[in-house]
Amino acid sequence: MDLLDLLRGPWPWFVAGPAIGLVVPILLVFGGRRFGLSSSYRHLCAIANVPASYFRYDGRRQGGWNLLLVAGIAIGGLLGGVVLGDPQPLRVAEPTVRALEALGVSVDGGFVPASIFSWEGVRTPAGFVAVVVGGFLVGFGARWAKGCTSGHAIMGLAELQPASAIAVAGFFAGGLAATHLLWPLLLGGS
Amino acid sequence: MRPAGAIPTDARFVAIGAYFGFVLMKAEVVSWYRIQEMFRFDAFHMYGVIGTAVLVAAIAVWALRRFGVRSVDGRPVVTEPMPDGWRRYAGGGLLFGVGWALTGACPGPIAALVGAGLWPFTIVFAAAWLGTLCYGLLERRLPH
Repeated sequence: MDLLDLLRGPWPWFVAGPAIGLVVPILLVFGGRRFGLSSSYRHLCAIANVPASYFRYDGRRQGGWNLLLVAGIAIGGLLGGVVLGDPQPLRVAEPTVRALEALGVSVDGGFVPASIFSWEGVRTPAGFVAVVVGGFLVGFGARWAKGCTSGHAIMGLAELQPASAIAVAGFFAGGLAATHLLWPLLLGGS
Repeated sequence: MRPAGAIPTDARFVAIGAYFGFVLMKAEVVSWYRIQEMFRFDAFHMYGVIGTAVLVAAIAVWALRRFGVRSVDGRPVVTEPMPDGWRRYAGGGLLFGVGWALTGACPGPIAALVGAGLWPFTIVFAAAWLGTLCYGLLERRLPH
């Protein structure tokens, strides 16, 4: 058995899930911070001196640790996606493959469909909505809800916070609506 | 001594982030296709990943509190209760969920995908920053 092959993955859910959950105690013990990532965008607004009281604080002092965490994630993405990237094409569940092909999105073996997430794809109406509107809603929604998947779905649920349960129910309802109503609408017309 | 106002060069957080980013790639939760499988109920993978992640984190948080563990720089492990109310969590949660299913990525995976060289996610990152900015400008007009 080759250790490098094990590292290249992909990892099954019962390995990957606990490995993700461990970030919470690691960050609490070695960093003294609660897990959360979406506030990094707020800190960047504060550092850029965006004129609103919501951003009037020392973004570097309060958010420096969070921005370093996000920078680290990008390094981890490089290591896990490129340096020790999985040489095999991504496998997708058969019913999803069929549903997506019916919408004109092919499963091309990459992490994301190149027909949408490429410089060319972004110029199509569906690609623009996915990348620009989708990204906007991730940022806007996370601040309004006071957290994202890491802050609410992992940290908040682990702390049994009722607010996080509401937020996660919202994440799921919004995701279902986008998948079953919005995506067919976007792709049906192209 | 670091100059006032500079980002504290604290390698711990970079290292923890790198670990998390690596795991995100290996779990394949950064994949738009995995998010589609989840919202189409076609695969157990995402439910298994998120479920066991929450379980491990919950046990760990409980144990750290139970045994009064402090962080390496002496901070106690405390829960910061979220503000009361439900409108912000329902409204913001819904919008975030739509964005998650459109981009196939939330803030962690956005950073990991940029690092992995998927350049369109720099636009997703910039758009998320703009969304944050607009929330900050509209904050007082939104129900919370």
